Amino acid sequence: MKKSKAFWVYIIFALVIYTIVQVMISGGTLDLYYQNILIQMCINIMLAVSLHIVIGITGQFSIGHAGFMAVGAYFSAIATMNLGLPFFVALIIGAVAAGFAGLLVGIPTLRLKGDYLAIATLGFAEIIRIVFLNIDYVGGAAGMVVTNMTTWTFAFVGVVLTIFVIANFTNSRHGRGAIAIREDEIAADAMGINTTYYKVVAFTIGAIFAGLAGGIYSHNFFIIQPTTFNFLKSFDILIYVVLGGLGSLSGSVIAAIFLTIVSAYLSNFPETRMIIYSLVLILVMLYRPTGLMGTKEITHLFKFGKKGGSKV
Amino acid sequence: MAEKRTLKRFASVFLASSLIVGALAACSGKEGTSTAGNTSGESSDVIKIGANLELSGSVASYGSSIGQGAELAVEEINAAGGIDGKKIELVKVDNKSDNAEATNAAVKLATQEKVVAMIAPATSGNVIATTQIANQYKIPTVTASGTAPNVTENEDGSINEFVFRTCFIDPFQGIVAANFATKELGAKNVAIYADNASDYAKGLAASFKEQIEANGGTVVAEEAYVADDTDFNSTLTRIKSANPDFIFIPGYYEEVGLIVKQARELGIEAPLMGADGWDSPTLVELAGSEALNNTFITNHYSSQDPDETIQGFVKAFEGKNNESPNAFHALGYDTVYFIKDAIERADSTDGEAIQKALAETKDLSLITGTFSVDEKHNPVKSATVLEYVDGEQKFNSKVNP
Repeated sequence: MKKSKAFWVYIIFALVIYTIVQVMISGGTLDLYYQNILIQMCINIMLAVSLHIVIGITGQFSIGHAGFMAVGAYFSAIATMNLGLPFFVALIIGAVAAGFAGLLVGIPTLRLKGDYLAIATLGFAEIIRIVFLNIDYVGGAAGMVVTNMTTWTFAFVGVVLTIFVIANFTNSRHGRGAIAIREDEIAADAMGINTTYYKVVAFTIGAIFAGLAGGIYSHNFFIIQPTTFNFLKSFDILIYVVLGGLGSLSGSVIAAIFLTIVSAYLSNFPETRMIIYSLVLILVMLYRPTGLMGTKEITHLFKFGKKGGSKV
Repeated sequence: MAEKRTLKRFASVFLASSLIVGALAACSGKEGTSTAGNTSGESSDVIKIGANLELSGSVASYGSSIGQGAELAVEEINAAGGIDGKKIELVKVDNKSDNAEATNAAVKLATQEKVVAMIAPATSGNVIATTQIANQYKIPTVTASGTAPNVTENEDGSINEFVFRTCFIDPFQGIVAANFATKELGAKNVAIYADNASDYAKGLAASFKEQIEANGGTVVAEEAYVADDTDFNSTLTRIKSANPDFIFIPGYYEEVGLIVKQARELGIEAPLMGADGWDSPTLVELAGSEALNNTFITNHYSSQDPDETIQGFVKAFEGKNNESPNAFHALGYDTVYFIKDAIERADSTDGEAIQKALAETKDLSLITGTFSVDEKHNPVKSATVLEYVDGEQKFNSKVNP
């Protein structure tokens, strides 16, 4: 009962944010520059949250997230540009393709642990990139020119959908299983949790939403090139999750918003941009070694209901 | 207890950082609107030109070189009284060598800074990420070094109206190299060894092959490598056995340096030739000055060209930056003069008027050659052939289209 009340509060909260921004866009207060930053923020949130379910919830260290993003970006771009399908259908195609790729990679590699898994996922992301590099149908190294179709509405709905699904997953029976795996895989196994199954499920869900983010990305920035999805992109996403706090969904969201703003603002100082950006990262990690939020959620700070606040 | 304290500390750090960010954002916002207010009034005495460049990231050396060249040009123009008494202000924005950031930077220049014209990024992919913004906001955009044909011409053959470039396009360099091989060096049996991972190299190889065959030569070997390879011996042995009297190697300096070195070690004496991707001091370090003898490149310009205006530019640049200007410096410099010329002829800072003037540019004499703009918004201009002699680039000849 209490839970469903909180759910409706969140939905209304999301609607309010959406309406305010939409009114400001229609009213001309937010010009294309701010819209662009907002959309980029949404994309980064989706990427961060979709990696959060893999690293933060299930505790599997994957550094190939840009690979799934690339699959989503290319498949949705092919769907709109080459096949002429509507944008939202293309987004679904991109997400499904990325989810399928996640399943394909997850089944064999998720038997690995820690560093070994990290290297396997990194290798996968590179394979994806090289494959797109060598397919002339998607433009090869020169990249694929994509028409701009992403709007604030698409980006925001994507974010809400991502957070909604992943938050519900975390609080479900499956999510508890995944958290048990994060805490101690051997113990979880001994308790009768099918560890490989839960890991693959979490990995696939992460890949689906990374693919959705990729589709929104490709239709916002006019061109996609294989080099965009190199391992540095994977690390960017990893930074959001680690900076926000491993295991905290709201931490990932806050870190993605925070770093997008920092990055956008620093473009005024080209010479010192990367130095300041790196300094921000170092300072945050020094003062908050467990990330901005640790493993807490922002909802624990503003408690709903009387009791609440029980730690995860 | 301990947790409460950390929570407090976290809260204070977080609040402080969000305050700072908020304040910064507010500042930048104010800055943007106030300058916008300035330029929207036609009577302002500053002409804003945006520069959306790769100042950090993987190709930062290209972008920052263009930026340095552009700055020199702006200083010169302002010292000489500006354009119709209006000073030029160069607004530089970093795009991190990234497509998405290039789009953001272009949007920022168009909406926040309200620039009159833009210098587009250095690499073709990043330029394409900005072309739709340029067309939408009707801001004439000139790329200094985006050489891919599809920068100005879309796949369906339509032209990106507001996009221009100062450099020649990729296929042209292949044609120049082929003509040079057959006419100057008398080559008949040529080999091609191209970087398969780069569209630039593939484009050059294709146009070179076509022109060689048109000139009556034969391609006796056609091999490929992939960027980041380090051992080229087996392929080079195959090329050697085909016995070519000229080898064309389009690619970037990192691999080319090793290829040249290994080719000479295998006893391949034939002349080797490449294009502007070779132009880096790193090439000489990797290959060694001896191995580079009897190799040629096509390039946008040479700092050793005896031409008077070029020497004047070289001297001015060296005085300011303590280094000899490379092709990117020269192209950045020319890009500013190209825009300036158009603004003067248009006698207006209106985007469409400047666009029209840019498209009508004829016989404009600049550092990287005298050029006219063709109907595809590409400049028709000469290329320079350089020869490596003991590790130094020596001016060989100028080839007109």
